[in-house]
Amino acid sequence: MSIDRESTPAEGGKPAARARILAVTSGKGGVGKTFVSANLAAALARRGERVLVLDADLGLANLDVVLNLFPKITLHDVFTGKAELEQAILPAPGGFSVLLAGSGLVEYSRLTPEVSEKLLDVIQKVAPRFDRIILDTGAGISDVVLYAVSLADEVLVVATPEPTSLTDAYATIKVLATQQQRTGVRLMVNQIGRQGEGRVIRGQLQQVIDRYVTPQMSDPGSPFKLELLGEIPTDSAVREAVQKRRLLLELQPGCPAAQGISAAAERLMS
Amino acid sequence: MAARLTRKPVPTSRLDAPTPPPPTKAGSLRLESALQLLQQSGMVLPDTRQSDPAGWLQAVVDGLCELSSRDALTGLANRRQFELAMAREIDRVARAGEPALVLMIDIDHFKKVNDTHGHAAGDQVLRAVGRALHECIRPMDTVARMGGEEFAMILPNCPPAFGQTVAERVRNKVQMRPVNVAPGVDISVTVSIGGAYAPQWVRSSAPLWIERADQQLYRAKQEGRNRACLEMPPVSYVSAEEKGLLFGHSQFQDLE
Repeated sequence: MSIDRESTPAEGGKPAARARILAVTSGKGGVGKTFVSANLAAALARRGERVLVLDADLGLANLDVVLNLFPKITLHDVFTGKAELEQAILPAPGGFSVLLAGSGLVEYSRLTPEVSEKLLDVIQKVAPRFDRIILDTGAGISDVVLYAVSLADEVLVVATPEPTSLTDAYATIKVLATQQQRTGVRLMVNQIGRQGEGRVIRGQLQQVIDRYVTPQMSDPGSPFKLELLGEIPTDSAVREAVQKRRLLLELQPGCPAAQGISAAAERLMS
Repeated sequence: MAARLTRKPVPTSRLDAPTPPPPTKAGSLRLESALQLLQQSGMVLPDTRQSDPAGWLQAVVDGLCELSSRDALTGLANRRQFELAMAREIDRVARAGEPALVLMIDIDHFKKVNDTHGHAAGDQVLRAVGRALHECIRPMDTVARMGGEEFAMILPNCPPAFGQTVAERVRNKVQMRPVNVAPGVDISVTVSIGGAYAPQWVRSSAPLWIERADQQLYRAKQEGRNRACLEMPPVSYVSAEEKGLLFGHSQFQDLE
């Protein structure tokens, strides 16, 4: 796993063939994090990747709701030994696989060493069989979220142009840079009003990061880099897909929002 | 062993491992220097050199290990032992996410002690500080002399809320303990302390962790010595200035 990020490259021998792990996080809830995770997975699957979306929002999961799945077996059953891991990996519409947490597992909202070890164990077991694992984390900057993010090779922060969302996205980036020694994250700006707004927002966040975050990092010589992975325009088709509990990429693959997600998938693969 | 010695020699190739050296007879080992070292350090070996040579040899090896992990002057762990303890702690933090604190502790104006009272007095001060530090720790903690007048501590499972209190206690303990270096001559010394937590859930490395604590030690010295500075735990708080810059020159201006 990439939990050895703070060690020198020589010490961190990584297994050759395993999935790249992408953590999707946002700080603020309700910005379309799970929507982005699911549709990005579909876009990657369409391009031939074997993708698993893992519902790492252990406290309040809703990937099942977004995908209209009614899982009989969830991650919770795997954690408690009631089911095998294999039984919990489900095919999702869109050609990718999911590992669902099941909603309302409030006992996981605080991270105990037991939960973290079980989560790590699950990820290590599935990693060799996929090209990419997307960790759909919970809202906020709880220790569960930070732990899930610490396991990832790269991080995608989802934000909307709303000031509250940007503030929370910035706070998340700050914690990741100073506590987890990350040197960069990717940004997805959802619900933009006009084309190019994502680029403007990235620039503004980067400006504050350069001024307040980079000087706090363990190596202030190399600035923290925010990279724009994509922007998703406000689109009535998104609302429709969410209401119908369908993937946007299946329902209206040609709409502007779906195109934004597909472009992000291309960029992620390159 | 006998089987190996009588085994028919196999054709050697470049891929073969080098031939192991012939087994050494215990009696032919040169142990004089080792035994002298152990004796000098006051370590007592069991009286079984003849009756149980293997057990006796094990005791010699254990004694040497013990010696090589201690600082000769203070009896505390030495730098080598400290780095081992750190590696263990880094493992635990990465796996269990327990908070762990490292403190770097440096005696203030130690050169002045040496210059004014002589090196013997300096050594006495180092020993006294070492004793004071040792009295501050829990059984699971490690305190080491890193070299010169610099000491270090690892405190496993130390919650961030307690860090400053712990560091202050250490600082106070040293300050309250004058060292008698000659009849009628008591020296009071103080220490500066820098502390840093291991990043939870992330596998750190000893040099990086120590480096962060050292930066805080530097800050403590800069701010006037005889104080403890700890790295602030990461905050997700966003200040008004940061928000100002974030929204200042943008279309959000009207929203702020």
